[in-house]
Amino acid sequence: MFELSKEGKEFVKKELDRYEDRYSAIIPCLYWAQKENKGWISPEVIDCLAKEMDLPQSRIYEVAMFYTMFNKKPVGKYHIQVCCNISCSMAGGRELMGHICKKLGVTPEEVTKDGRFTVSQVECLGSCGTAPMMQVNDDYHENLTTETVDRFLSECK
Amino acid sequence: MESKLLTEHYDKESFRTLKGYQELGGYEVLKKALKMKPAEIIATVKESGLRGRGGAGFSTGTKWSFLPKNDEDRYLLCNADEGEPGTFKDRLMMERAPHQLIEGMIISAYAIGSKKSYIYIRGEYTYPIRVVEQALREAYDAGLLGKNILGSGFSHDMDVYRGAGAYICGEETGMISSLEGLKGQPKLKPPFPAVKGYLKKPTIVNNVETLAAVVPIIRDGAQAYRKFGTEKSAGTKLFSLSGDVVKPGNYEVTLGYKLSDLINNEGGGLKSGRKLKAVIPGGSSAPVLTAEEAAKATLDYECLQQMGSMLGSGAVIVIDDSHSMVDLLSTIMHFYHHESCGQCTPCREGTGWLDKMLHRILLGEAKSQDLDQVLNVAKNMMGRTICALSDAAALPAISFVSKFRDEFERHLKEGFKEGKSHAQMHH
Repeated sequence: MFELSKEGKEFVKKELDRYEDRYSAIIPCLYWAQKENKGWISPEVIDCLAKEMDLPQSRIYEVAMFYTMFNKKPVGKYHIQVCCNISCSMAGGRELMGHICKKLGVTPEEVTKDGRFTVSQVECLGSCGTAPMMQVNDDYHENLTTETVDRFLSECK
Repeated sequence: MESKLLTEHYDKESFRTLKGYQELGGYEVLKKALKMKPAEIIATVKESGLRGRGGAGFSTGTKWSFLPKNDEDRYLLCNADEGEPGTFKDRLMMERAPHQLIEGMIISAYAIGSKKSYIYIRGEYTYPIRVVEQALREAYDAGLLGKNILGSGFSHDMDVYRGAGAYICGEETGMISSLEGLKGQPKLKPPFPAVKGYLKKPTIVNNVETLAAVVPIIRDGAQAYRKFGTEKSAGTKLFSLSGDVVKPGNYEVTLGYKLSDLINNEGGGLKSGRKLKAVIPGGSSAPVLTAEEAAKATLDYECLQQMGSMLGSGAVIVIDDSHSMVDLLSTIMHFYHHESCGQCTPCREGTGWLDKMLHRILLGEAKSQDLDQVLNVAKNMMGRTICALSDAAALPAISFVSKFRDEFERHLKEGFKEGKSHAQMHH
């Protein structure tokens, strides 16, 4: 079972009134619920939002499935997203992706045993001038080298 | 030479705040605009020659003039869903000068008679979102947004909408679907958004840079803006320079600037010992230029169009001789396959085919005739879908394979050492 916090329920109510149409609140509410559910959208999250928003589950489900930023599987505490699009690839993004996976002992999308990390390959994040780059949860890390990545990983608690 | 109509004060930390922005003349243009007639502003923007900076390059003033001439509610939507691979200018503009965008938007909203606007920002841009939201609060507190702006009688509300990771939402009708709480799937045109857009109301969708450019145009007038650039490509533009140059970054130059000058002057040239092989001049959708073509190209809509490519979003990706064109095209095709929204068959199936075929070619498991099959599939993807994503995938496939056919053939014969590991990364 997933239940939104009191604050979450208030947020949903506010968002439903914020836009011209109630449906526009689906994306913001999915973001909120994902945060309360340790970073992913479970079927229970969809059920809960459908109830709170008084919308059909199918409408929330289709939106959650369409957008890449809604995780359909559990993710680690640190969700490492490495850009492997053109400019980042040219600057070693894919090698970096391989390095991180190897170092953490996981394949892409897998969660490390201690629940700390998930590594994903992602498309262009608009950091092409500071390639290679990765996004960890909300933050961008740019102009990366294996050394700076290793240092970052060792600081993740 | 750089010409900084938009980016002059971007290095100043204070420019991001309302106070700092106003100290450098910020919102003075809004005061001037609010004294003008809306039709006068539209005429000035039309005369300035400003063209959409997001990729399509359509005349902004003409787009605005498609709105119905009645008092029906209408919306202004700022496209900040920057996602064209190689492009990172809108991010800079929002981070460094949020008030410039907001001022441009209020002026534009006043011109088109809109009471409500949204800035649709891609979901990953959490920092730019925070900066823009902070600037909006400042603008509301100062009476620059809300009811009766600066005593003019004009009221306008502005809000941020956060996207959630879908390249297709950068397409204006896809963005409208997304803002309506739907999957970000584009809609069939006509009717165009200016007639039936967000919630079936007239809607104007303009890129961040386009809306920001309205500020200097109204400040100095159409003729002053036209002094920059060429006849058909007026003004300045931000170019996102990436790839194999010494100094990648965003550079504002006058349109018509030589591509080779951008690479060698602003970009500091290629890394030592390297030779230029190719340039993608306008984001990954733009057909690639060979080194010979790049040497002759100027950065304006007409020159690149004549060369069979396009200015697009202004994302210049420089490729030197250390990279394999097969590998790069495979990366690009993987992207379009991932981002196809799936509603039109030629795109959904075509991008999948291209991705798989390029993957096989990269692994050295294809035959020479498969290259013709790539061209055949790509050609059948063009002009047959609701939006331009299908064409955007087909164009690089056709240009890479046709212009670098020798390299593709050689690759098929000899294989490519790094190919396996790179290809495995993709799938």
